[in-house]
Amino acid sequence: MALLKRLVLDVLKPHQPNALEFSRNLAAVGHDYHIVLTVIEVDENTETIQLVIEGNDIDFETLQNVITSMSGSLHSIDVVEVQSEPAAE
Amino acid sequence: MRPFRQIKFLLRITQTQDIARRYFVVNGFDGALTMLGIIMGFYISEPANPSVIINACMGAAIALGVSGVSSAYVSEQAERRRALGELESAMVTDLQDSAHADAVRWVPLFVALVNGLAPFLISLLIIMPLWLANAGVDLFIAPIYAAIFVAVSLIFLLGVFLGRISNISWLRSGAQTLVIALLTMLLIYFFAGA
Repeated sequence: MALLKRLVLDVLKPHQPNALEFSRNLAAVGHDYHIVLTVIEVDENTETIQLVIEGNDIDFETLQNVITSMSGSLHSIDVVEVQSEPAAE
Repeated sequence: MRPFRQIKFLLRITQTQDIARRYFVVNGFDGALTMLGIIMGFYISEPANPSVIINACMGAAIALGVSGVSSAYVSEQAERRRALGELESAMVTDLQDSAHADAVRWVPLFVALVNGLAPFLISLLIIMPLWLANAGVDLFIAPIYAAIFVAVSLIFLLGVFLGRISNISWLRSGAQTLVIALLTMLLIYFFAGA
């Protein structure tokens, strides 16, 4: 079983919820998530953001659901970093 | 998310807090002035049984409440649907499982309740002295004067509230609404009384 350690996502979202609220709600679904949100492009009604999510064991499905519930649309998964779990002695 | 936090979140993402606040003041003001008008009408007429005044005011309060709820619900739901459609076009995706779709369901209901309850509750406060007098409570002054005093005070307080949210002098804003209330009373006194 591999643990998901780092993700870089390309997401399109409305202006509201704003970047602060968006990243806070994402961080709230994990106990050790570290989120970096960068606004790449701003249009009239939407903005393209890059999300860097780091954690010990990231739950991608839950993150995707939270992004959808905040009206975001996941465009691409740009970077994935996984690590295999050490085998039990 | 708890219901109260959820509704705050939905109001924030749809940026409708200002609309709800505006509805509260505008329709609250409507309710207070309508009650003041009805009570002034009774004041300049032949003395009437307090229960007649209470029933007339209650009828108007309920009508204002129902009118406020229904008109705001219909218009705000149309507005939210249009906004969701525009956002879906911009996002080129279906947002039916999103917070913005929840907002289409819940924000119009919340705004409608604010719009309907503001005039209804303000009207109930204005009718209160008449009720108390009818229930046998001694108010020290005639209940119709007490009701007029409550109405004018609430209109002044709505002006104070407006002043605070718009960052202008609360005293000036309160005085402005007070002048409107007094002008309304004078108009009723001279025109309806004549």
